[in-house]
Amino acid sequence: MAAIFQGVGAAATLSSSPSNSFDSNNSFLSPPRSFSVGKGASFSVIRSGGILNLNSKGRRAQQLISNAVATKADSAAVSSSSKPGHELLLFEALQEGLEEEMDRDLRVCVMGEDVGHYGGSYKVTKGLAKKFGDLRVLDTPIAENSFTGMGIGAAMTGLRPVVEGMNMGFLLLAFNQISNNCGMLHYTSGGQFTIPIVIRGPGGVGRQLGAEHSQRLESYFQSIPGIQMVACSTPYNAKGLMKAAIRSENPVILFEHVLLYNLKERIPDEDYICNLEEAEMVRPGEHVTILTYSRMRYHVMQAAKTLVNKGYDPEVIDIRSLKPFDLYTIGNSVKKTHRVLIVEECMRTGGIGASLTAAITENFNDYLDAPIMCLSSQDVPTPYAGTLEEVTVVQPAQIVTAVEQLCR
Amino acid sequence: MALSYLRSSSSSSANLKLLSSAVSIRRPISTDTTPITVETSVPFTAHQCEAPSRSVETSSSELLNFFRNMALMRRMEIAADSLYKAKLIRGFCHLYDGQEAVASGMEAAITKKDCIITAYRDHCIFMGRGGTLLEVFAELMGRRAGCSKGKGGSMHCYKKDSNFYGGHGIVGAQVPLGCGLAFAQKYSKDETVTFALYGDGAANQGQLFEALNISALWDLPAILVCENNHYGMGTAEWRASKSPAYYKRGDYAPGLKVDGMDVLAVKQACKFAKEHALKNGPIILEMDTYRYHGHSMSDPGSTYRTRDEISGVRQERDPIERVRKLILSHDLATEKELKDIEKEMRKEVDDAIAQAKESPMPEPSELFTNVYAKGLGVESFGADRKEVRATLP
Repeated sequence: MAAIFQGVGAAATLSSSPSNSFDSNNSFLSPPRSFSVGKGASFSVIRSGGILNLNSKGRRAQQLISNAVATKADSAAVSSSSKPGHELLLFEALQEGLEEEMDRDLRVCVMGEDVGHYGGSYKVTKGLAKKFGDLRVLDTPIAENSFTGMGIGAAMTGLRPVVEGMNMGFLLLAFNQISNNCGMLHYTSGGQFTIPIVIRGPGGVGRQLGAEHSQRLESYFQSIPGIQMVACSTPYNAKGLMKAAIRSENPVILFEHVLLYNLKERIPDEDYICNLEEAEMVRPGEHVTILTYSRMRYHVMQAAKTLVNKGYDPEVIDIRSLKPFDLYTIGNSVKKTHRVLIVEECMRTGGIGASLTAAITENFNDYLDAPIMCLSSQDVPTPYAGTLEEVTVVQPAQIVTAVEQLCR
Repeated sequence: MALSYLRSSSSSSANLKLLSSAVSIRRPISTDTTPITVETSVPFTAHQCEAPSRSVETSSSELLNFFRNMALMRRMEIAADSLYKAKLIRGFCHLYDGQEAVASGMEAAITKKDCIITAYRDHCIFMGRGGTLLEVFAELMGRRAGCSKGKGGSMHCYKKDSNFYGGHGIVGAQVPLGCGLAFAQKYSKDETVTFALYGDGAANQGQLFEALNISALWDLPAILVCENNHYGMGTAEWRASKSPAYYKRGDYAPGLKVDGMDVLAVKQACKFAKEHALKNGPIILEMDTYRYHGHSMSDPGSTYRTRDEISGVRQERDPIERVRKLILSHDLATEKELKDIEKEMRKEVDDAIAQAKESPMPEPSELFTNVYAKGLGVESFGADRKEVRATLP
């Protein structure tokens, strides 16, 4: 890990445009555009998908708007492009999923800060308050512990609340409710109560949002028994996972990413859901299995382009289901390629990658030709300075180097 | 005349018939529902609302029911004490004796459609909601016949069909849950209310005020009931709370202070609170009550209070004694009849314990059930889903 880090230390000096857009809606509504950074840098920064183009060979900057959709076109199976559907951004896909479920089932309601009249700080609940009224789309005061508790209490009676954390990090205040009540009530009541609640919100490292607003809570919540965790990464699976989570009888935590809300994709018109426990095959391959989720999927796909140019054939799987892991898909892949690289945004210590490494080693040790490599974020609070922040998360160049090392 | 409530053998009722006819005392029979008006021990103290009247309407059947229920609760808790000392109950066991009037009085004022949620001192409230002794004792001993199949324990008794939502171990966490229940009631337009019980110790939890704020904003039919037994585990209330007037803590929410050892006062207050909450939103009730046992079975209960204090309360304010005096003074039953009821309750408790002891421990496979809802078809074995191992191609 240290070797790879130093290798890209030189290449990782970028300046990204500051976009602290926590309260300004405009920046998230504007269409994705690309621009080159000055100072003779050879890299372009794309604000929409958080995709970096680190072109190690040539010095030309590339237009990458289409990549957000092109990534989807690269992938084989789970594509929606066969039917003419409609194009939308990821936050609109979430909103569509939520709205359809609220239409379908009167028991679905939304609680969160600024979800109602304001329309949601990331516009996921825009227009819902007008359509469904104040009793179904509820603006709460800033009291995460209690409104998460209230959502769980309401779920005990049969309502299906969707609780939004404005930023996942704020849900740390509700950890007791999520762990003890949400996760455990079905068990401690001997099966009397189910908690069909969905807890969702954006997390992950954004654009210079600071340490407290760049939390990756999946690592903290993963030990809680009784909950399911899923992470969405494309408009297609965002809508599908949102709908499946609402329909599930179990408490589901849906992890979104702050930087992925403006991804554009064409999704089917018809009603569909995504399996909550299934991983998504993004790009089938032969040489190495790369397991990833959420924003890191795009970094991996960027690296995959470079790897393909270099002659490698990586198999990229978006694990999507963080608890429980889809060891069936993963296992099949490991049996095929015999090499595993995990790319995650969690911190090194106690992250999803750590658990996944243990699970794969325990189950598929005989099929591995090399030790599992896990690329994670550094074990530091996320710094504000753009250059430092770039270095805390995994960049495509590190992924390329890791695959080269793994496949030696 | 037949004292039909006595389930004892026919011979004793025959004796009573003989006795009553011989002595020819005329008194209201126990199933009589003609109203009797009784004054509560002390008037209510109100905050931001009009206190209800001190005169409570009751009837002889209701009073005898109170006596019966409270005697059963008292017996049950004392039996639990012995079971704990015999190491049949392990872990934490929080006993409710002394506070029975709160559970009984509340039940008399509401229906089973109203929700109750409380903290860990939940055995008697579970009984009040219609739970059976077998379910309680089996759960305490961790047996299969327990209300939560033995997987919850003392602090996790639930009864969904009579809207008893438990049974919670973390202090204060049940109040937001209770406000969520009230939200669901308002959402479904049920015209029912939720009673969220907590203690004087939990009254200092922030989430309580958060939940109260949201309930007041959204006009939820939530009634927050502070069972003030004056000690938060080992800390007296004057050492833990700057303002021990818990009924006033709601500030903008009205509050009522009630003598929690007087079952009729509790009934009157809960009735008033239900009407108020359905119209005006949340209200706080402070029940001034007392627990004879320590905080839990691991606490002797005498290091932070004197034995004189405990026996003083027992002599002057015991809820069962108060009802006994009421019954005797109104001539609703004789002393012997009341003693017979207590004996009967003792027998019921003993029988239930014997039955619970026979119930087996849960199956080992029960470890993995109910982690997730059955609809998924998943019985989780952890993050790596071991059962998939065999089916890999």
